[in-house]
Amino acid sequence: MTLQKGDAVILDDITLSLERARFLAIIGPNGAGKSSLVKILLGIDHPTQGSVAVLGSPPGHHAKRAAYVPQLKTFDRSFPATAIQLVVSGERQAWPARTTAREREQALEALTEVGAEHLADRPLARLSGGELQRTYLARALVRKPELVVLDEPATGVDFMAEHDLNHLLEAYQDKTQATVVMVTHDLAAARHHATDVLVLNRTVVGFGEPERALSDECLRRAYGHVGHAHSGFVAW
Amino acid sequence: MVVTLFEALDYAFFQRALLGGLLTAVATGMLGVFVVQRGLAYLGNGLAHASFGGLALGALIASLTSAQGILREPLWIALPFTLAVAAAIAYVRDRTRLSSDTAIGVFFAVSVALGILFLSLIPPDDNVIDVWHLLFGSILAVGPRELVFIAVMAAMTVAVLTATWGRLAYATFDEELAQSDGVRVRRLEYGLFLLAAVVVVVSAQVVGIILLAAYLIIPAASARLLSTSLLQMTVLAVVFGVATTVIGLFTSYLADVPSGAAIVLLQAALFAVAALISRRP
Ligand SMILES: Nc1ncnc2c1ncn2[C@@H]1O[C@H](COP(=O)(O)OP(=O)(O)OP(=O)(O)O)[C@@H](O)[C@H]1O
Ligand SMILES: [Mg+2]
Repeated sequence: MTLQKGDAVILDDITLSLERARFLAIIGPNGAGKSSLVKILLGIDHPTQGSVAVLGSPPGHHAKRAAYVPQLKTFDRSFPATAIQLVVSGERQAWPARTTAREREQALEALTEVGAEHLADRPLARLSGGELQRTYLARALVRKPELVVLDEPATGVDFMAEHDLNHLLEAYQDKTQATVVMVTHDLAAARHHATDVLVLNRTVVGFGEPERALSDECLRRAYGHVGHAHSGFVAW
Repeated sequence: MVVTLFEALDYAFFQRALLGGLLTAVATGMLGVFVVQRGLAYLGNGLAHASFGGLALGALIASLTSAQGILREPLWIALPFTLAVAAAIAYVRDRTRLSSDTAIGVFFAVSVALGILFLSLIPPDDNVIDVWHLLFGSILAVGPRELVFIAVMAAMTVAVLTATWGRLAYATFDEELAQSDGVRVRRLEYGLFLLAAVVVVVSAQVVGIILLAAYLIIPAASARLLSTSLLQMTVLAVVFGVATTVIGLFTSYLADVPSGAAIVLLQAALFAVAALISRRP
């Protein structure tokens, strides 16, 4: 599969497949095309060449079976809404005018799962970065997805929250046999939590079990020079 | 005073003004919520001025052809003209690196320039169009035909926005999230632009082109200050629009001041109150 925007080749000839119930970590430098790949998996963008199948169908075909936690929370902070309304939108696949008692109950359950039930009626404008991240996670889990796609969910979240996040995902996976695809800059998390790692830099640099994909060789090819300037980053 | 108010209601022209104003307030209030939340305040302004170009062209055609029937009604030229401008703005924004503000600014200026040119070509004694009314509104002069147009426009707005509300609100909140759930955000946005064009052209007769943007923005912005959900904001925007229209209209009748100005100033007062109430401690 290849993705072009104008003259720029964003993703070049990507070929790979992932079994269900796996935990895939996608790593790569800034601008490597990680978010672009994720958007294709979700049917937000479409490859210029080649084809993609997700859960056995074209991406976006069964939108409700997949859930998305986006990278940048680009929504307008002045949007009048409370956390629970955002969670219900994940269940309903539309913005709720009013929420039914049942929707509210399920949304509260999801918020409790991520330790954010106390935020339910808080306006979005008054949530911190980490609180917002949890709300988005609850929004994703509330629909009981078979595939969870997260784009750098740990950005702006403290260490404990990141730790919780990875455990939450693992717990959800144990319970439901769901597939998790997570873009991350955290190599330690990729090593410990993922069953598969994709090292991406416009094309596939490494793909497979964490030890193999995260070899020095692959990282050097993806990030260029590993050692001096980037050593702190890689040592994670 | 109460007697005078009831007296006003006896007049057919006042009844039409009231009904026309109410319908306009409902349509602009519902639409205004999306205009405000999507940061499209300038679009309302731009389309209003585009409708000026369209109405002027309509008047010119009516005058030159001394046409009867459909061409005698500038609205039928202004409507496609403004729709075309709305589509062009959306297209330029999508296909170039320009923001909608820039695209709107260009079409805004071109439309006004064309409008002035068209008006200058109309022989002075051929009064199909009253520029003063066009610019400043003439709610008390709304005729039975205009009232029909306004009613159709309002019904259409309520129907379209009710049918698409959940998806439109979702896309307004976050386009990508909505897209990941299968919402066709581009199509919805084009639809919203076209709907805005229709609302703007038709309600220009009530409040006038210059004050139209106020109708689209101030009730929704006041409602935004007091709401914790988009539904609440929508309901409040409509209520504010309706209330200020009714009060403004009676005020203008009693005090003999221009109705459009009275209504918009009331809306501004309401906005100030909302801003004070919602002020952060
Ligand atoms: N709509 C677009 N048009 C043109 N180029 C784009 C577009 N979207 C992204 N790009 C380019 O595609 C490349 C990959 O972007 P992408 O957002 O997928 O990177 P990323 O790996 O997610 O980076 P980061 O780690 O910073 O999030 C970048 O060079 C970016 O400039
Ligand atoms: Mg990214």
